[in-house]
Amino acid sequence: MPADGGATDKIIYSAPIGDEVKTTTCYMCACRCGIRVHLKDGRVRYIEGNPDHPVNKGVLCGKGSAGIMTQYSPARLQAPLKRVGPRGSGEYAEISWEEAIDTATGWLKHVRETDPKKLAFFTGRDQSQSLTGFWAAQFGTPNFAAHGGFCSVNMAAGGLYTIGGSFWEFGEPDWERAKYLMIFGVAEDHDSNPIKTGLGAMKGRGAKIVSVNPVRTGYSAIADEWVGIRPGTDGLFIMALIHELIRTDKVDGEFLARYTNAPWLVVRNPGGADDGLFARDADGKPLAWDRARGAIPADDATLSAVLVGDFTLPDGRAVKPVFNLMAERYLGDEYAPEAVAERCGFPAERIRRLAAEVADVAFNQTITLDIPWTDVWGRKHETMVGRPVAFHAMRGISAHSNGMHTCRALHILQLVLGAVDTPGSWRYKSPFPRPIPPGPGPAGRGSKPNTPLAGNILSFTHGPDDLLVEDDGTPIRIDHSFSWEAPLGLHGMMHSVIGHAAAGDPYKIDTLFMFMANMAWNSAMNPLETIRCLTQQDENGEYVIPHVIYSDAYFSETVPYADLILPDTTYLERWDAISILDRPIGSSHGPGDAIRQPVIKPDRNVRPFQEVLIELGARLGLPAFVKEDGSPKFKDYPDYIVNHQRMPGVGPLAGWRGEDGSKKGVGEPNQDQLQRYIDNGCFWRHNLAPEESYFKHANATYLTNAKAMGMMGQSNQIVMQIWSEPLQKFRLAAEGHGAKQPPEHLRERVRTYCDPLPFWYAPLEQQQHDTDPYPFSAVTQRPMAMYHSWGSMNAWLRQIHGSNKLYMSRERGVAEGLAQDDWVWVESRSGRVKAQLSLMEGVNRDTVWTWNAIGKRAGAWMLSPDAAESQRGFLLNHVISEWLPAQTGPRLANADPVTGQAAWYDLRVKVTKCAPGEEGTTEPFPTLLTPPDDMPEPPDILRYNAGGKAP
Amino acid sequence: MNPAPSIVFFTVASGAGYGLLFWTGVLRAFGLVPPSSGFGVVAIGIALVLIAAGLLSSTIHLGRPERAWRAFSQWRSSWLSREGVAAVVTFIPAGLFFLAVVGGMEGLALPAGLVAAAGAVVTVWCTGMIYASLPTVRQWHHPLVAPGYLLFGAFSGAVLLAMLAGFWGMATVPAAIAAVLGAAAFMLKRAYWAGVDAGPPVATMETATGLGFIGKVRTLDPPHTETNYLLREMAFRIGRVHAVRLRRIAAVAGFAVPAVLLVLALLTGGALAGVMAVAAAALATAGLLAERWLMFAEATHTVALYYGVGGQD
Amino acid sequence: MTSLPEPQPGAKKLGLVIDLDTCVGCQACATNCKEWNTSGHMAPLPDHNPYSAGQEGVWFNRVHSYEAGDGEDGRTVHFPRSCLHCETPACVTVCPTGASYKRAEDGIVLVNTDICIGCQLCAWACPYGAREFDDDAGVMKKCTLCVDRIYNETIPEAQRVPACVSTCPTHARHFGDLGDPNSDVSKLVADRGGFALMPELGYKPVNRYLPPRRAPKADAGPPRDAGPLPSQIKNPLLRWVDKVLSR
Ligand SMILES: Nc1nc2c(c(=O)[nH]1)N[C@H]1C(S)=C(S)[C@@H](COP(=O)(O)OP(=O)(O)OC[C@H]3O[C@@H](n4cnc5c(=O)[nH]c(N)nc54)[C@H](O)[C@@H]3O)O[C@H]1N2
Ligand SMILES: Nc1nc2c(c(=O)[nH]1)N[C@H]1C(S)=C(S)[C@@H](COP(=O)(O)OP(=O)(O)OC[C@H]3O[C@@H](n4cnc5c(=O)[nH]c(N)nc54)[C@H](O)[C@@H]3O)O[C@H]1N2
Ligand code: SF4
Ligand code: SF4
Ligand code: SF4
Ligand code: SF4
Ligand code: SF4
Ligand SMILES: [Mo]
Repeated sequence: MPADGGATDKIIYSAPIGDEVKTTTCYMCACRCGIRVHLKDGRVRYIEGNPDHPVNKGVLCGKGSAGIMTQYSPARLQAPLKRVGPRGSGEYAEISWEEAIDTATGWLKHVRETDPKKLAFFTGRDQSQSLTGFWAAQFGTPNFAAHGGFCSVNMAAGGLYTIGGSFWEFGEPDWERAKYLMIFGVAEDHDSNPIKTGLGAMKGRGAKIVSVNPVRTGYSAIADEWVGIRPGTDGLFIMALIHELIRTDKVDGEFLARYTNAPWLVVRNPGGADDGLFARDADGKPLAWDRARGAIPADDATLSAVLVGDFTLPDGRAVKPVFNLMAERYLGDEYAPEAVAERCGFPAERIRRLAAEVADVAFNQTITLDIPWTDVWGRKHETMVGRPVAFHAMRGISAHSNGMHTCRALHILQLVLGAVDTPGSWRYKSPFPRPIPPGPGPAGRGSKPNTPLAGNILSFTHGPDDLLVEDDGTPIRIDHSFSWEAPLGLHGMMHSVIGHAAAGDPYKIDTLFMFMANMAWNSAMNPLETIRCLTQQDENGEYVIPHVIYSDAYFSETVPYADLILPDTTYLERWDAISILDRPIGSSHGPGDAIRQPVIKPDRNVRPFQEVLIELGARLGLPAFVKEDGSPKFKDYPDYIVNHQRMPGVGPLAGWRGEDGSKKGVGEPNQDQLQRYIDNGCFWRHNLAPEESYFKHANATYLTNAKAMGMMGQSNQIVMQIWSEPLQKFRLAAEGHGAKQPPEHLRERVRTYCDPLPFWYAPLEQQQHDTDPYPFSAVTQRPMAMYHSWGSMNAWLRQIHGSNKLYMSRERGVAEGLAQDDWVWVESRSGRVKAQLSLMEGVNRDTVWTWNAIGKRAGAWMLSPDAAESQRGFLLNHVISEWLPAQTGPRLANADPVTGQAAWYDLRVKVTKCAPGEEGTTEPFPTLLTPPDDMPEPPDILRYNAGGKAP
Repeated sequence: MNPAPSIVFFTVASGAGYGLLFWTGVLRAFGLVPPSSGFGVVAIGIALVLIAAGLLSSTIHLGRPERAWRAFSQWRSSWLSREGVAAVVTFIPAGLFFLAVVGGMEGLALPAGLVAAAGAVVTVWCTGMIYASLPTVRQWHHPLVAPGYLLFGAFSGAVLLAMLAGFWGMATVPAAIAAVLGAAAFMLKRAYWAGVDAGPPVATMETATGLGFIGKVRTLDPPHTETNYLLREMAFRIGRVHAVRLRRIAAVAGFAVPAVLLVLALLTGGALAGVMAVAAAALATAGLLAERWLMFAEATHTVALYYGVGGQD
Repeated sequence: MTSLPEPQPGAKKLGLVIDLDTCVGCQACATNCKEWNTSGHMAPLPDHNPYSAGQEGVWFNRVHSYEAGDGEDGRTVHFPRSCLHCETPACVTVCPTGASYKRAEDGIVLVNTDICIGCQLCAWACPYGAREFDDDAGVMKKCTLCVDRIYNETIPEAQRVPACVSTCPTHARHFGDLGDPNSDVSKLVADRGGFALMPELGYKPVNRYLPPRRAPKADAGPPRDAGPLPSQIKNPLLRWVDKVLSR
């Protein structure tokens, strides 16, 4: 009889973790952390962070650590499918890949030969836009975009048109040096692990973190100060901070004069065609007012700028410096703390204190690094002086119809403080900064049969000439992006594609081709309407959208609505390029990119989507995908990654280029490139030298090297744009100038919202309907342990978030006669959804919120019909309208009027207690989805033990 | 705490069994119950059956019943182990007692009965201490819990004995004892309830999380949205109204009424007394089941605090 | 054995220090723990109804979210909860089989699942809810402090820490010897006023929690150099007219 459990406990202290370990890149979200995957007996034993990886330095988040359950989920699609019953019926037949690709080729060939724009190719949360976008251009359709338009294009546009970089994932606080961080509307973000690691480091140093967010969870929970703002009012708060800084003279004038267009002269000629444009010299150089010499080119190194005053140019034009115009606007009474406080939901005194705090850190606690550097004027500086106050923001700002201006205002706040790319402030991540705007206008006009489009489909408009509109103003793109409805629609407007396609506005399409986007559920505003559009038939009983091709890896809510389903591999089963041409893994320390390599073989009849796309390209004879003789140019995706060249010497990966792998950025293809990546842990990183690591927008060394590495076409100073001339050009067109003018019904809208200086306006949706009956703002937050919809088929993650509640302030709930766990109706102008209530302390009293995308449609994801996700989980999207309230003229997307960004968080609702008997399940409760026959039977109990018995 | 039926049944059955064994052993030694071997066989037999059934039922609760034998090893520290050892050891004198009575070996029956009675006391005390020694459950970690187990065992055993002895027409002493014990049990339980109702919580959400220095602590989100083992096991809590009713049933039907019935039986005698003894036994059993169920259902475990359950208790 | 080992002066007391001021509640420690341990020393950590209603499984680490204090003055606190490897834990002494034991050499509390009978008394005895019953195998399981990692010579030395510590993105989790007053973790606890959970129960937990820092009171007034008062400013723009801003 053993007396001692310890004596007989068989602990194996030093067993190797598995038989084999391979590095690759995580894809439980878009953060792109480096992972080490340990395999045992051919199964995944353990996934850990790669300590050498620059993104995550060894850590993993809650999702990344649950990768095993994503890999072995029963919801993985098994084989190509074609639909045999009506759309949505769940009647499919398994087909061969040959048949699948033949079918797709047939449909697409016809479209390409007749009218390529009848293909709408839209992709979701993928990281292969450099391939998909290129493929679409080769196909010849302007109708391509990824999910950015409904995600955060406001941040991208706001940033790229102001500072040549952006928050989102294109910039980051100086995590090592910042003394003060103000973070707006961030629950999780794409930089998931770097943000967490950075916040941890800041807390360790005792730096102050302020979170501006209606909800106090996650990052806001550990912030030293939580500012529980009312949704949609950040612009007011930020502009009030600017007001305070200017009023109290806490402005970095030197920074503004050197690095921004603050000294540039703006023509004042109300009603004239040049009003609001920059005064330029004969060479087109913007002018500034020099104290001694009057108007001279603004880039003159000896400029001694005057920032305030009314001047007259020798040719008689009246001009004013940008700074003057900016200061006038923000010193206006409407942006005084007192004027905004009530609307924002906190006292004016607090705004003043925060402004003073920020100013104190920026101006009294500067950091000086003994790093000599050379500026664009060739002058040497012995030190780098930093203003250690950093800002970060994401969808809390961007997912509003006033988000672009709010985002720009935030950048202007940074500029006023002199806190862009200085030690301790917000910093560009390579390959940013980029010129403002970064490139030529979007391709898409004159789409012709069998002809590629020249240029990038998603690019940057500089003014009306770049818009994709017909002469009468009709949009050229099916999503209406880059039209007068969204002149800066840089990322497309995926949220309006299906609605417009069903309405044939501006034309009918033939094939909707989607990849990795759950458009029939959580990525749609108003999913039931989206489903209606996908199943809408014409008078002949034909579907209005005749063909739907979809690539998913799992049995999501969208799969049943496709005619042809191309099952993808999991992230552990395929090659991928996290490409320098797309969304690379650069940081403020330097550029970088990464790959995924297959670490396990698929056990199903699935193929990587990229490979399928390349094969389709070859079958369709897209020029870049075939050789002279018409045979496929690339054997597979790895072949493409290595050998495709966008421009000579520039390909998907920047590392180990050149025949012998000795070149960075630009160089001939290297046949050994992927092996070099693998040997290095599946990533490449180039570290910037200290002298090029700050002030990159005006750092001669940085700019020269960046150009040499192909990150930019030029090495001129990137002058940050407080006054945005492209916006003014759109406004001038609306005021009746130029050949291209908005159609009448949009004229006033363009004039109002294309303001060259940021301003605040109430979110469009709220302006256009009576919000009194809907007292609450309603928003969602990303849960850290769930990635949109696709975590619910993960056996571990769905234990953490199996259902979601509606959270409301306790005080408010009590006042409304509501109690914890009550079932309530959440009703907006467009519909109602039923949810269970939870009362909490840390939420703005006028706001309700829930976790995003937890609610599932019954039957999807191979969850049993009674699963909590579909019974008690609910989707707020059911009450979010994709259109603005009815008005005269064509319907307009519920989106930012400048960028087309979907305005998810403009939603207003009322919350009322359910009638007795209505409790218990959510509603709307669409019909049960039927999975394909070939799906595996989910087990009743999981005993995962790699090395032990099979699960 | 979750009142698992197997455990409720186990403690009630084995408590009654040990009580019956105890009183049979003791009273038989003093000739205060029918001396016939027939009576002895029935009384000891029923005691052994109750004990065995209880123990069997307790092993149903085990995750690995086939390993139950291992539970005898840790008697130096574990009350559960001690209980197991005591229970097994008690089987020896109890078995001998039974055999001696069957075989009419009075010389053996007397010491075996007394030793078995001692074993019964030890075993039930150990059972009580399993609960009473847990600081995590304040309603169990109470000075009256282990004595309560002894007293309730003794009472239910005495009631059973009175009923059985009644069939042999010699129930006076056991019935008197049972009546007294019933009254005592009634008072003990009332005192216990008063005690636990007034007692301060072991911990609050504020102390359990250490966050009380900030203010009142409330749960925002549980770690997992569905339930789990700990919640089912430790956060089970009966509603107040229900508890009050059950307490009444336990105290009145389980202790007070049987005691009164037995006194009446003593006074009336005859067939009616027998009926009343049977009724007393039935009521006591039902009452004890209720009492034991409540013992769990009213108990709050500190773990529940982490889930925001039982915070104000 | 089930009786606790005699306390040895200077003996190692390995444990975790969890910083409630930094934890964002990301659940990484929970899922990484699950991932490591489901094929580790106490494998597997089964999940019931993994794809249907009533999903629940064995987890050695669970992250709660609380709110402390009312309204704006309060704080949201994420609170990971796992075994505290107590010095005098009743979960060990109540065990009838000896399956539950505390190691003399480093203080880790473990269950020998080969001899556990699944009586679950240890779960009753643990005040902190750290015991996880695997009712599929019929035995008790719990946090092992990653005993099969921290001494594992096949893992690079820097990573020989528990899975939950190694993965924590905010570095809110620390591992070390709390028996050594000079260890990093002991110093951290001393500096930050680390506390034990429910010390009054007498289990002497080894793990420590670092308290959330109190948020500075909102509207506490401007710090240093608040700038001129509104009344002192006439037209702020006028100040810029004569300002010399050279490059
Ligand atoms: N209410 C509300 N709605 C929102 C938002 C919000 O904040 N609130 N946010 C919006 C935003 S910003 C976004 S980006 C969208 C995201 O919404 P979606 O882009 O729809 O994101 P997911 O639901 O994650 O997944 C898309 C699909 O990709 C599939 N998938 C996963 N892995 C793979 C793979 O390896 N290959 C292939 N081919 N498919 C795969 C999944 O199964 C899923 O069907 O949601 C939007 N919707
Ligand atoms: N774990 C996880 N990580 C993800 C994702 C995921 O699904 N899960 N999705 C990825 C994707 S596609 C995206 S786009 C990013 C988005 O990353 P985030 O921008 O962090 O996403 P959201 O959850 O939409 O966060 C919005 C935050 O803004 C707050 N908010 C809402 N309205 C306002 C407002 O008016 N003002 C302010 N100040 N705050 C407001 C909300 O309370 C919430 O905290 O995350 C990416 N990372
Ligand atoms: S943040 Fe998490 S899920 Fe996203 S890539 Fe990194 S480890 Fe994977
Ligand atoms: S991993 Fe770290 S930050 Fe995340 S929940 Fe655990 S302790 Fe908190
Ligand atoms: S936390 Fe619980 S399981 Fe861990 S040692 Fe302490 S009492 Fe035992
Ligand atoms: S469940 Fe196992 S470890 Fe726990 S007390 Fe019982 S035998 Fe010991
Ligand atoms: S120490 Fe290991 S077993 Fe314990 S909670 Fe952390 S990861 Fe899990
Ligand atoms: Mo997104």
